[in-house]
Amino acid sequence: MEKREVILDIRDLKTRFHTREGVVHAVNGITYQVHSGETLGIVGESGCGKSVSMLSVLDLLISPPAEIDTEAIYYKGENLREISKSEMRRIRGSNITMIFQDPMTSLNPVLTIGFQIKEPLKLHMGMNDEQAAQRSAELLDLVGIPDSEKRLSDYPHQFSGGMRQRAMIAIALACNPTLLIADEPTTALDVTIQAQLVELVKEIQEKLGMALIWITHDLGVVAGLAERVIVMYAGFVVEDAKVDELYGNPLHPYTSALLKSLPRLDGTHDDTLSTIEGMPPGLLEMPKCCPFEPRCEFAVDKCREMNPLLTEVEPGHSIACWVDMKTGELR
Amino acid sequence: MTKENNALVRVENLVKHFPITQGIVVQRQVGAVKAVDGLSFNIKQGETLGLVGESGCGKSTTGRAILQLHEPTSGHVYYKDEDLTIASASTLRKLRRDIQIIFQDPYASLNPRMTIGDIIGEPLEVHNIGTPKERRERVQELLHLVGLNPFFIKRYPHEFSGGQRQRIGVARALALNPEFIVCDEPISALDVSVQAQVVNLLEELQEKFNLTYLFIAHDLSMVRHISDRIAVMYLGKLVELADRAELFNNKMHPYTIALLSAVPIPDPIKERQRKRIILLGDVPSPANPPSGCRFHTRCPIAEELCKQEDPPFEEKQPGHWAACHFVKKAQEYME
Repeated sequence: MEKREVILDIRDLKTRFHTREGVVHAVNGITYQVHSGETLGIVGESGCGKSVSMLSVLDLLISPPAEIDTEAIYYKGENLREISKSEMRRIRGSNITMIFQDPMTSLNPVLTIGFQIKEPLKLHMGMNDEQAAQRSAELLDLVGIPDSEKRLSDYPHQFSGGMRQRAMIAIALACNPTLLIADEPTTALDVTIQAQLVELVKEIQEKLGMALIWITHDLGVVAGLAERVIVMYAGFVVEDAKVDELYGNPLHPYTSALLKSLPRLDGTHDDTLSTIEGMPPGLLEMPKCCPFEPRCEFAVDKCREMNPLLTEVEPGHSIACWVDMKTGELR
Repeated sequence: MTKENNALVRVENLVKHFPITQGIVVQRQVGAVKAVDGLSFNIKQGETLGLVGESGCGKSTTGRAILQLHEPTSGHVYYKDEDLTIASASTLRKLRRDIQIIFQDPYASLNPRMTIGDIIGEPLEVHNIGTPKERRERVQELLHLVGLNPFFIKRYPHEFSGGQRQRIGVARALALNPEFIVCDEPISALDVSVQAQVVNLLEELQEKFNLTYLFIAHDLSMVRHISDRIAVMYLGKLVELADRAELFNNKMHPYTIALLSAVPIPDPIKERQRKRIILLGDVPSPANPPSGCRFHTRCPIAEELCKQEDPPFEEKQPGHWAACHFVKKAQEYME
């Protein structure tokens, strides 16, 4: 594979929320890079910080209660934490765009679909209404909505869930972004519609060549889509590897246990499902040790003393764990 | 459907239409949402029947109509030869000891103002079973059974996580020693790592008490794991019903074929090799279902006949039911 340029470089991102109950440590120091044209899957359970980390990057969190603390977040060499609000607005919505989870609530119900697609075109590309309308129709064609010119004057309630998500994708693609962030875009949809959308996004990515971050809790979707996968747990990145590596040779106990607890349609394990006992930790207290330690079957004394940092243990394969699962000994 | 000796629950031609009305003072019925439109199947003693389908296909309505939580529009539901649809309120109340339900959303199905002791003990109280002390002991026994600490009896639902709440829902369903439990998407609101815990619990309890489950879900991988037989629903009708292995190895209905091919497998190498059948369009509205076979608008092999004639749900092979005019063609198409 040719060497690709790093377009997003997140360094030691921490996000906290100040609430009445105390400080919620949602993201606890994550570092990773996204290359141009790459498809990155971010997997984790609810509350592991996968969405919050992306919202932090785009500066979409309201502060307070949110507090973002990071060394730097570079987008093509530009530190997103240091630029002005208006410059951020220029990048967000044109260079980096986002599709949200719930297509029922992420479109404005009182504005037509056409208006909502035209908005970023006029704002970022300086198009006039006529040009924007024409481009909007093309975009709807691109995302597979038939009769596109007529549908522009429809309101969101006239679209089905799958079509609304297609419209969201059209809005996100409007300004030819270099990075598209999809935050659980298919979770609210049925499997047959999910398959349609995954196929569509793959096609569009091939055509336009942007980088894609796909956030999900579904290890199945990512397997067929991503080149590289990051697994998050309790606000930490616990594993970062190429997709084949991650599924074929998971090195972190959490990833490995999660993969074993999934029933599979191709039926490799039919007996009792193996489970991960207990539940993810509450985030009100910053864990001093490894956050997975209470549920981990490989835990040793060192895990209770210090939190392991993400380290590269094999080429292109990083984990945050002290223990080598194969031998049960410290790495 | 023929009467089988070991059928615990028999559903015959079950129909549930919800009226669509217009007008505020004088309401007229202008249509009906045909949520369930003529279902017939048996649930055998001790088995788990998985009922799958996409959202809005009527699977939850079916579960509730079987329990008479929705009064069926027509059709019959027999529980051990007793017709639930014509049973009197008092007979029904007695029968409800034997038939229970676990709900989808563990956050909405527990009353936040009741302690979990009261929640789990309520069915015992309603049916006048035991003295208060005996009831408390039974609740503690149930808590232990579902893997919760019996000392939690005085706590409130908000003190528990989603997985624990679902365990409370399971304990409540078990309170009266039922024989048949409708599990209405019991795991879809839970995190992946917790789903397996609840499913294992359900399987354990089934073995211990010889329970019969109707397991409603949209997660096909999980249904495949837990079910003995699987029924596939589309837009208010059954399209296929067979033993688990038979359904996966010898799919007959094009919808089943497409549905199974759409489920992602957590294995990147297999994912790349798989052939996917992508259905076009969306599920039509159940208020205005297509003529003939309801699947013909999205079916990749539909012919003229499919638009006109609704295929009967018939036994194509022993124990394997399907509703399609062109089973052979569907199977060839798949290859």
